[in-house]
Amino acid sequence: MNDTGNTAPSGQSTAPSGPSTAPSGLNAAPVYGLILAGGSSTRMQRDKAALRYLGEPQLDRAFELASRHLTRVFVSVRPGQAADPTRAQHPLIVDSVAGEGPIVGIRSALAAFPSAAWLVMACDLPFLSAVALSQLLRERDAAALATAFMSAHDGLPEPLCAIWEPAAAAALASYQEAGGRCPRKFLIRHAARLLAPADPRALDNVNTPEEYAKALAAIEPAAIEPIVSGSNMQLKIQYYALMREQAGRSEETLETAAATPADLYGELAARHGFTLSRDQLKVAVNSEFSDWSRPLRAGDAVVFIPPVAGG
Amino acid sequence: MRFRFTESAIDTEAARRELLDPGAGGYVSFEGWVRDHNEGLEVTRLEYEAFAELALKEGERIVADAVRRFPVKHALCIHRLGVLDLRDMAVWVGVSSVHRGEAFDACRFIIDQVKHRVPIWKKEHYRNGDSGWVNCERCAAGPRHSHDHDAAQFTVSAAPIAVIE
Repeated sequence: MNDTGNTAPSGQSTAPSGPSTAPSGLNAAPVYGLILAGGSSTRMQRDKAALRYLGEPQLDRAFELASRHLTRVFVSVRPGQAADPTRAQHPLIVDSVAGEGPIVGIRSALAAFPSAAWLVMACDLPFLSAVALSQLLRERDAAALATAFMSAHDGLPEPLCAIWEPAAAAALASYQEAGGRCPRKFLIRHAARLLAPADPRALDNVNTPEEYAKALAAIEPAAIEPIVSGSNMQLKIQYYALMREQAGRSEETLETAAATPADLYGELAARHGFTLSRDQLKVAVNSEFSDWSRPLRAGDAVVFIPPVAGG
Repeated sequence: MRFRFTESAIDTEAARRELLDPGAGGYVSFEGWVRDHNEGLEVTRLEYEAFAELALKEGERIVADAVRRFPVKHALCIHRLGVLDLRDMAVWVGVSSVHRGEAFDACRFIIDQVKHRVPIWKKEHYRNGDSGWVNCERCAAGPRHSHDHDAAQFTVSAAPIAVIE
């Protein structure tokens, strides 16, 4: 085969079978989903998996999106995170190899199901879309070690929204043993199939409170005003019964960017360690029962209502 | 106010007088008492707490709904708050109506709805020294917990139920 010079830019793969003609040919491994939620959220200063959009933790949103495309989806966690309520409700793959960073999660999944390929997604991609996942699956090259999008910013591979093939396991192990930690560098060095993303925004990740505020404003238009103005709302929260005991107080006044009672409960549950999940509760705003998605306004008084037991 | 709280013993005689009506031919009441056991544990006392502002509104809605729905002449519900001992009365419901059938039905409706809808919480203290918020702790494992145990927490009191027609 000689290069005639008119090769399309998409022809970067050396795969023997054309990837776009047989994306999941007879011998291609089944693709499972892996949502990475083991990060330490250092820059965000709170657990990224539990950040909410439209009232839902982003981990749940990512899991639900992946489940629409894949038959089995797991959440990748570090050993100490398996009991965390945001994570524990999903099927988990707990890190089984030593080390740090996303490579450990990817290797642990490849070790848990050695014959599966993994569509690996970071949990902090709030704009990730069905368009992006369909493209990855459709244009997957099962003969490469991985299929990844090229970043719209620098053209480099995006390892945390990519399909990792079973054959990557051994190469990742060697890479890590040699001191490598960066999955992006790994993909640059190895034969990864790279795709130009049809939906470039899908790969924008959210690492800081400022980025979260911007993403929230884009996803939840109603929340724009309080966030863009930079002035978080002040809310009053009153606690009763079990909630009062767990919060260690009967009320507090709070500066928050939470746009809805659902967001607010996520924030406070993490801070106070509430044991009740949101679907066991009702919520009242200004002394009347409220919907969980009602937009909150400055000065609102919020009460979370645990299961009642009068009489 | 046809739904209210009290921190001291419920005066059932005074409450009953509020329901008197020349057009009423019957009166039904229900008393909920503190019982010494619940779900296999020995209970020594109870503690009631309410989100009063919303509880008063929700309780009033329940009683008003009952009066319209059955219909009856008058209805009233009084709930205790604070610490209660065994045999104390935790809640009282009274209904007067033209005929007895509606009064029984409305009384039952009010106590059932109050137990389900009004933000009141009950902490049980047990003989073994433990304590727990009913419906919140021992069953917290099930996320889709129904909020309704329907345990017969209370016995219908013999004395105050009278039907005169």
